[in-house]
Amino acid sequence: MAIPPPLLEMAGIAKRYGGVQALTDAAITCHAGRIHAVLGENGAGKSTLIKIMAGTVQPDGGEIRLEGTARRFAGPADAARAGIGCIFQELSLMPDLSVADNISIADPPRRFGLIDGPAQRRRAEAALARLGIDDIHPLTPVGDLPLSRRQIVEIAKALARNPRVLILDEATSALTAADVDRVYGLLARLKAEGLAIVYISHRMNEIRQLADDCTVFRNGRSVASFANGSRSDDEVVEMMIGREYRHMFPERPARTVPPAPVLSVESLGWTDRLRGISLTVGRGEIVGLGGLDGQGQREFLLALFGVLAGMTGRIAIDGRPVMAGSPRAAKGRGIGMALIPEDRKTEGLMLPMSVRDNLTIAALPALAHAGIVDRAAEDEAIEAMVRLLQIRAGDLDATVAALSGGNQQKVVIAKWLLTRPRLILLNDPTRGIDVGTKQEIYRLLRGLADEGAAILFYSTDYDELIGCCDRVAVFNEGTIGRVLAREQLSEHALVAAALDIAGAAA
Amino acid sequence: MTDWRHHARANRGILLSLAVFMAMFTLYVANHSAGLTPGVLLTAANKGVLLALVAMAQTLPAITAGLDLSVGMVFVLANCLAASLVQGTPLQVTLGIVAVLAAGLGCGLINGAIIVYGRLQPIITTLATGAVYYGIALALRPTPGGSISEGFADAMTGQVAGPVPTMLVVLLGVVAVVWLPYRRSVVGRAAYAIGSNETAAYLSGLDIRRAKLTAYALSGLLASLAGLLLTCLTWSGEASAPIGGTYTLNSIAAVVIGGVSLFGGVGSAIGAVFGAFVLRTIEDLLFVFDLPPLWQPLFQGAVLLVAVSLGALRLLKLRNRLDVYG
Repeated sequence: MAIPPPLLEMAGIAKRYGGVQALTDAAITCHAGRIHAVLGENGAGKSTLIKIMAGTVQPDGGEIRLEGTARRFAGPADAARAGIGCIFQELSLMPDLSVADNISIADPPRRFGLIDGPAQRRRAEAALARLGIDDIHPLTPVGDLPLSRRQIVEIAKALARNPRVLILDEATSALTAADVDRVYGLLARLKAEGLAIVYISHRMNEIRQLADDCTVFRNGRSVASFANGSRSDDEVVEMMIGREYRHMFPERPARTVPPAPVLSVESLGWTDRLRGISLTVGRGEIVGLGGLDGQGQREFLLALFGVLAGMTGRIAIDGRPVMAGSPRAAKGRGIGMALIPEDRKTEGLMLPMSVRDNLTIAALPALAHAGIVDRAAEDEAIEAMVRLLQIRAGDLDATVAALSGGNQQKVVIAKWLLTRPRLILLNDPTRGIDVGTKQEIYRLLRGLADEGAAILFYSTDYDELIGCCDRVAVFNEGTIGRVLAREQLSEHALVAAALDIAGAAA
Repeated sequence: MTDWRHHARANRGILLSLAVFMAMFTLYVANHSAGLTPGVLLTAANKGVLLALVAMAQTLPAITAGLDLSVGMVFVLANCLAASLVQGTPLQVTLGIVAVLAAGLGCGLINGAIIVYGRLQPIITTLATGAVYYGIALALRPTPGGSISEGFADAMTGQVAGPVPTMLVVLLGVVAVVWLPYRRSVVGRAAYAIGSNETAAYLSGLDIRRAKLTAYALSGLLASLAGLLLTCLTWSGEASAPIGGTYTLNSIAAVVIGGVSLFGGVGSAIGAVFGAFVLRTIEDLLFVFDLPPLWQPLFQGAVLLVAVSLGALRLLKLRNRLDVYG
């Protein structure tokens, strides 16, 4: 039996950005009807590899073969015509255009040379139906949809062009659990239809479940390719980080008496999104927020941080009632709160500004005398943070946009640590971040807690909640369904509580 | 939500500016000594259509999140050109019209090419090219003068099918032949996509250069058409910096009143047309209420402020303060 040539083959790929060698001699071989997982830390070269596949970046050297023929893609349009579809981590949607417009943006159905609105709408409906989604109206502007729905539209948009190679770059990171299942089902169908699927995810259990083949990247090289399941998780992680895999999560201190509460919330409500929320967070405690995505966790953190107007209920810090009216008030002396936001690129960083300016932007009042910034104190603070968080930035005066995702997130965290917060709110801080950096963040959080900070930690990753938190409050439709103590924490219990079914206590 | 709600929401800029215009125009006609006569309608149309066309010209770059500060100067340049070229035999008149419009298209193409290939900011590019176009107009016509084919000018400023002003028919024709197809073309859709999120548009494999070039080129074309019609009204050409500047600024105001977002991605040239009519009707209202015409800038400014503030009304019921920036 003749073996068909691989659908997509890349070999010897090299790419340099200025002084940084992003890829050296990278290779990957993808077959039709198989799901190929690409693993690696941030900065390992995965994103660059994908950008080259999708035609948005030109390689300096190496060869791309599609069905055995050498190809070069001049741009994204060129790669798309060749049958390569990409679902980007940074969403490629136009917020002011409707769902239907977005899905057909590159190649809309036309009649007499003009876009055929009804046909375009039918195409959008078909694309969404293929995904099993019926709660998105095709005429809604994409900007009005929540993040999880936008990601669905992004997937539908890539599929509408009928690609032969489909690249998913962290495509499920913002999806709700039910949608993730739908996407899995869809991937299985596409695989059966003969698509080659390239899958990038930081979630090991996703890869374990989905992939046929795996390729691990480290420092811009492809270090190993193997059939899924032929290596243990520990082996895979070791390949990724290139050092021995130590225990992922730091030790939690044993506690005999409950700590003094720093934050206590009593029957907090806001519109119909938050209802009767009561929770305390003690000194030195890390309290997790769990549950399905979009159950009010984000709003709860925003409410505490003074972003939402018209709240009901009581919030007390160190026993004193407070109600912050703005982030400026929330970070102030009396309250001492910090919020590490969900989307580092839009909510956390001023991308065109330097790493240095980003680091001190929240703490500037403390670093200034009579409104004039004390440069010496600023330098000292910056140096301390770069050391503490091991921020890998070639040049602190370069724009923060040039850093890798993991290092950007470290800058966001460092920026808030400089305000010396007593209460730290984190909104899914490890999303799209490599294993090594995740581990550093876990250790940092525990260190901060041990020094007396109180931490509220929302995460969509169950492993993280189980490994990191002292307690987890599980959200369900805007209210706290259950609070699981450390001994009760298991994936089973978290899922059960999130779905509000019995068995959580077991 | 049902479809019509989505459609109404997508076109709320048009609906709102139409409603404001209708209210103002009704007020004007009701207080006019003559009432709604063909003559009153003709005067209003002849004054309104020029700014409406320039506002349409401004809409196209605005949709791509750009701005064309040269529209007023292209308008003036076309006026000067038309006062020299559009005269003589019918064939000569036709060739003259084509030349004027081609010049406008060329000005727009130059703007677009510098912005696309030079990767310069639209505002500063068109500020500079606008000055250049004005310089050319001044060289062509250092003092006001020239003339235009009387037959053509009378036809354009007159009426057809009884009481219908020709200018309005021309405007409708432009909307039907230029705007509506553009709105539904791939290149027009790409313009909206660029204004909405340029990175995403690029990643989606859209031809960004072609879309921007087209937007600026059409902008120049529409501005020159307005300049041609201006010549039909004044029967002469004048390289007037105040006229060019006023039309540029009023076109931006009209676009905003018509619901076009200067951030790009949102709005319609039809809204901009009504925005222009609203601005023009202010002048007429001052006239019928016997107020000094010197008050016109003040009232136009107030109307513009109100229009911009309407967009801010939603902030009053804001529950999530992050939405201010969204």
